[in-house]
Amino acid sequence: MAEQFRTCPTTGLKVHLPAETLIKVNAVAAVVCLLVGGLAALLILLTRWPAIHLLDEEWFYRLLTAHALDMLIAWIIFFEVAALYFGSTVLLNNRLPAPKIGWVAFILMVVGGAFINYTVLVGQATVAFTSYVPLKASPLYYLGIILFAVGALTAIGHFFAALVVAKKEKTYEGSLPIVTFGLMCAATIAVFTLLHGAAFYIPTFLWSAGILPHIDPEMYRLAFWALGHASQQINVCAMVAMWYLIATLTTGAKPLNEKLCRTAFLLYVLFINVASEHHLLVDPALSIWHKIVNTSYVMHLAVLASMIHAFAVPAMIEVAQRKKGFTKGLFEWLKKAPWGNPAFASMFISLMGFGFVGGITGVTFGTEQISIIRHNTWSITGHFHGTVVLGTTLAFMGITYYIVPLIFRRQIFSETMAKLSPYFFGGGVFIFANAMMFAGGYGIPRRHWDVTFAGAQFPFQFDPTAFFFLALTGLGGLLAIIGGALYVLNTVASVFIGKKIQ
Amino acid sequence: MSITVERIWWRPLDREEKIWVTIALIWCLGTFFMMPVWHVIAKQNTPNESYKVSVDDFEKIVIAFNEKYKVREESGVPVVHPPAGSDIYLAGTGIWQWSSILELEAGKEYRLHISSIKGGGDVAWQHGFSIVSAKFNANFMIVPGYDYVLKVTPTEAGEYGLICNEFCGIGHHLMAGKIIVKG
Repeated sequence: MAEQFRTCPTTGLKVHLPAETLIKVNAVAAVVCLLVGGLAALLILLTRWPAIHLLDEEWFYRLLTAHALDMLIAWIIFFEVAALYFGSTVLLNNRLPAPKIGWVAFILMVVGGAFINYTVLVGQATVAFTSYVPLKASPLYYLGIILFAVGALTAIGHFFAALVVAKKEKTYEGSLPIVTFGLMCAATIAVFTLLHGAAFYIPTFLWSAGILPHIDPEMYRLAFWALGHASQQINVCAMVAMWYLIATLTTGAKPLNEKLCRTAFLLYVLFINVASEHHLLVDPALSIWHKIVNTSYVMHLAVLASMIHAFAVPAMIEVAQRKKGFTKGLFEWLKKAPWGNPAFASMFISLMGFGFVGGITGVTFGTEQISIIRHNTWSITGHFHGTVVLGTTLAFMGITYYIVPLIFRRQIFSETMAKLSPYFFGGGVFIFANAMMFAGGYGIPRRHWDVTFAGAQFPFQFDPTAFFFLALTGLGGLLAIIGGALYVLNTVASVFIGKKIQ
Repeated sequence: MSITVERIWWRPLDREEKIWVTIALIWCLGTFFMMPVWHVIAKQNTPNESYKVSVDDFEKIVIAFNEKYKVREESGVPVVHPPAGSDIYLAGTGIWQWSSILELEAGKEYRLHISSIKGGGDVAWQHGFSIVSAKFNANFMIVPGYDYVLKVTPTEAGEYGLICNEFCGIGHHLMAGKIIVKG
């Protein structure tokens, strides 16, 4: 057994080699998906910019579908699996109980991802991310998603098994570290989320294969959002866990009160799922009180959780910084924070962006009356780019700058690229997401190839101001893509040609 | 980096933490109570009336409604002027069009039934019902097999855009129509 471990010279942590390999392959797969999704992002961005209008409608809708699946599903979940293996082994001095199972999970996810991308790119699954019935994709598409989900569930089960092994073999003392605790909450949400996914993707697969005659479209919507929204809470939970990890790694901060932080994680697990009904606020079939209870009653306890983290993470950094002597005035601790460290910059921009751009708009758009104004407009797209891109993606990018030296044992290829990337990416998405939300305020629809309606019977002319925001979205998006490209290039270069660390 | 975490971390909160959690909780309770409260006092709420209906039956209703109240055609699409205050029917079609151009009277309340039909296409898709104008926009879901009833009182004369804002297949972006309001 002993030869399966190495000791990290920087941190003194024991690293289980088979776990390390699995972390590597999952992280690499994640970055590859980010690259594919990013290329699609560039092309659809240049299409929705009316002055350029690059792709034809066929390719626009194909790449829109691919972009969402490669980013929201593949990039984020591959990265989360890598994080789960990291949190349950390296952080606990622990081993991965069954590396072979880890490989089975990985292969299932890769095969599933390949099926999805193949069917979408050849035009057999132009159904958008939500694949609302009766839009129909080829059975291979649904099979791809099912395989990917089974792979992810297997990896999550493996994570829980690793926690049990660590407890039994007493590889750590006291309670689980908060990062692992947060990941455990993410994994818990992932289990019920993916089971919801199975509840409708399997029937829909059978329908697509001609075995089931009919799927009720409203039933589909209800079940879909139990996956579609709740799965974003996996990301929120994993992202917050990364905030705590990066805060500790970059400033030496420790949570001030673990009771508070851990209770906040628990609130996510208990209360976030029902909030998914805000997608259905302007749907037929569900009664208004059903909608109100689900969107207000318990969603706001999950909001409370985010409010707690929004306090606890900056507070622990402030205390750590003040201990270092940055005590002048109210904000010297923040001014003297390690802004040149890309991990810290990513984390802090992610935290502010998630709260102020993504979070507040989510709570606002998810109310009954405002939903009437914003539903399916581009504002919604702006909102979730605030949460998932500015929040989750940027936090994951930040932790990469530690994973590469610690796990891949390579130096970061270019310090300059690393320093610039979070500011380009964060600044770009900030402009992009806000401009989208303003454009949506004029009624600009989401998922739309041509808002000038050229060739339509009764073309509607939007307010010219809306077109200013469409162009601003394009500019912000380009900035973000530059930041993203810096990240991907730098990460790939570091992993393959970065200087080896012994 | 140490990974040892005290087992007993269940300590009381500090003053600042208590203040923050209290403020946050009060804010959350405020937003929670506003949801039902605003539903009672607001003038525009999400409609709460819907029925299951077969796609074919709704199509028959729409065709009969269009034939009965058609006053003219614009580019081959019937312009329909129903009696003020009546039940009116509008559908998104399988060939990415709206079933008619409604001509309504300002100040009169209508019961607008929206749903999805095949309308010469193969499938009744999900659509997004989005009224757009320089002043406002309002959005509701059109789900095949469901009749969603919106109580509508147009207040200002003019032409309003009607676009689809849920992806419904390759012709989605061509699905633009209008609603006319007479003064």
